[in-house]
This record gives sequence, C-alpha cells and structure tokens, in this order.
Amino acid sequence: MSEALLSHEIPGGAAWSVLVRGGRELKLTATGAGANCSTLLFAAHHPVDRLNVPDTLKAQMSARIHAPMVLMSDRGTALCSVTGSSLDWHDALSGHSCDVHLEQFGPSSYSADRNAWRRSARAGLLSELRKHGRGPADLHACVNFFGKVATSGDAAGTLTFVPAHASAGDWVTLRAEMDVLVVLSTAPHPLDPRWDPAGVLAEVRPAPDPGPHDPSWTFRDESARALRAAREVLA
Amino acid sequence: MTGVVTVGSGLDPTVAVLDTTVADGDGFLATIPAGGSFRIVDLHGNQAVDTLFYDAADLDNRYSAMDTVREQGRAYLTAGSRLLSVNVDVLATITADTCGRHDTLGGACAQESNVVRYGEHTRHQHACRETFLRYGERVGIGARQLGHNINFFMNVPLTAEGGLTFADGLSAPGKYVEVRAERDLYVLISNCPQLNNPCNGWNPTPVRLLGWW
Repeated sequence: MSEALLSHEIPGGAAWSVLVRGGRELKLTATGAGANCSTLLFAAHHPVDRLNVPDTLKAQMSARIHAPMVLMSDRGTALCSVTGSSLDWHDALSGHSCDVHLEQFGPSSYSADRNAWRRSARAGLLSELRKHGRGPADLHACVNFFGKVATSGDAAGTLTFVPAHASAGDWVTLRAEMDVLVVLSTAPHPLDPRWDPAGVLAEVRPAPDPGPHDPSWTFRDESARALRAAREVLA
Repeated sequence: MTGVVTVGSGLDPTVAVLDTTVADGDGFLATIPAGGSFRIVDLHGNQAVDTLFYDAADLDNRYSAMDTVREQGRAYLTAGSRLLSVNVDVLATITADTCGRHDTLGGACAQESNVVRYGEHTRHQHACRETFLRYGERVGIGARQLGHNINFFMNVPLTAEGGLTFADGLSAPGKYVEVRAERDLYVLISNCPQLNNPCNGWNPTPVRLLGWW
C-alpha cells in the first residue's frame, strides 16, 4: 500500500474534518471495539450540496451502507464510493448523538474532566462545521461507520442496536468522487448504552483509477448514473 | 396487514378552521399553532404526501427523520409516533391514523434523484424538491433548511437483511392521518408528482387538508 498523504488518529469522543481531493481514498480504521464514526459529507465547491441518506438508500435499495455503494448528494451526484470494508453493515438510520444521550452518564465538563469531558456527536460536528462557515442548518442524516442498527421485517419496522459491531482493526475505504468535505465525530453511537468511545485512524491515499469493471460503477445503473453526474458537475 | 393498528379521530370536519384541497403536484405551507390538530386526507388512495415540519420560532429546529426513528425504535410512523426535531424536541404527535403506517426513510423526489433512479429522460419532470423550495421560500426555507421528510401514506418496507424497497401503498380512498402540534409549527407539503414508481399508484391525485385550532 502506498504511503499515506495524510494520517491522523482521531481519539474516541472527538470530532475532526478534512477536505479530500477527488480521486483520493479516505480509509477509516477503528482502533478499538465498539467504534462509531458519525460522518457528514459535503461537496467542497458547492454552498449547499451534501450527503442525502434517503436518496442513497432508495436508489440502491438498501437500509444499510456497504461496499460498493455510492454515497449520493442532494443533487444526485456521487460524493464518495464505499470501495471496501471489513464490515458489511454501516448504520445510516440513526443520526448522530445529541446532548440528551449523554445525560445517562452524568455531568461532565471541561472544568471537571479536562479533555476527557464527554461531548455529543452533535456538539463535535457543529464545532467542526463552524470552522467551515457552516452551522446547524448544514446538519443532515449521517452515516455511522462501524455502527449497526439491525432492521426487521416486522410490521413496526423494529430497529435494534447491535453492541460492539466493530472490533479494533475494522476498516472502510471511501473514494472521493469529487473534492469533498468530510466532517466526523467519534462519539459513541446514539443508541450505545456505554460511554467507551474508540478512536479512528484516518488515512488519505491516491485511489487507483476506477476502470471499466470498477465495482461501484457496475453495482447498479443508479450507482453509475450518480458517478457520471459527479463528473458533470463542473462542465 | 398483520400488526398494523389504526386509530380514528373524533374531530368534526364541518367545524375545521382550515379546509383546503391540494392538487396533485402542488404544495402547501401554513402555520399550525401549538395544540392545533392537522389532518391529511388521502382522497383517492395511495398518494404520497411529502411533509416537513419546522419549529416556527427556529427554522434550524426542524423535523428529523433519523432522530424520530431512532428514539421510537421503529422505522415506520403511525398513531402515537412523536415527530422529533434535530434537537430531539417533540414537534408533533400523530394522534390518529386510519392508514396504519407511513414512511420517513424514503426522502423526497427531486429532478436530480429522478435522473439517478430512472434515467436522463426524467430530468425535467416535476418533483417534490422543487415544490418544497417554492413554497418554503416565503418563510426562509431554502435548500440548506430541507431535512429528510415524512412520506405520509407511502409504504417503504425494510427487511431483516437490510433491504429497502418501495411497495404498493397500504392506503385507500378516504384514509387519513392527523397530528397535534406540540409547539408553533410550519408545515410544508409537496403533494408528490412522481410518475415513475408505485408511491402514488402511478397516478398522482389531490389530497384534502383540515385544521382545528
């Protein structure tokens, strides 16, 4: 594997953002069991275009995120392709954690806990968004990489959190299909009853050029059309 | 369908303060005061009604599909479902539902997502996202403010294997859903013009809106 252009380990319970150039691959690797990575995606050069989870799921007939699905934007363009993963299920139905999910763990503050203070994914995502001139209006349904909420075929559509779905070393690779802003939080999944956040290693490398048999291009007609649209956003 | 429970409403349409019909493919925006009840009637059956709610005092405190399904532990909406915001505030509660279940994971159609799903020939077909933006503009709801909506009367079954499909609706002529506003709300509706899948029974039709407050 080629040397990473960028390598950064995000501790558990923290937030981070990175601009990834189109044609490069972002690899996220869990450094501990039960990792969660609530991830937002934006088209870097468009004021509002961002990940649209419902469009991504319905176009590819899936209630989970898995390789080689294409992560699609509001404008029907591919932002990233999931080129590979050691896990076949990443949650996208649950959103990110909010302050209300931290109440069960008791009070926490910088003053009392210094940098081990507990902050929700929302607090972290907003903290990063503000650095890019964005704010609450830019929040959208995230992908919780390394998280799983099992679906069911029953009449209620019962959803069940699966604890510790990921182990240390589990990974996912995202190929940027245009320049993208990735904003992420490593706070625990909102349905995780424990506060034991694991870290995530982020690495960026050049991605191999997708050939005619690229799994994301050949996955479904819908995936290919979104990938084609990504190449046409700047004519 | 097994396990689907329906709940009727005692509210009388003849004393409603709001009573209007929204044509197929048209939209609607109104304020519902806290405590008010708002009913959507599927006049002809199998009509998807794409709906967003906003805290009228704070547009950023908008309906959130993912917060709603996570906190209720089920993917579908029905009577008793609390419709939550991105701040996990209860915006509204479904108080009556004679259909039985509604989707909130399928999102809205857009010209661009129609191209992805059905091909280039659908690019200039009318779509919900355009209606949302047109009707929302008056109160400051633009593209940044569009969250992921509810599709009343639409059926998007999940499978235990993590599959998701659009299926024929469970609705029928005259079925309705009613919500109670838990704070002052904007309701923004696109009466879906989609022609390319069964969400409108392949034939979009008008819906009736009723309000009591």
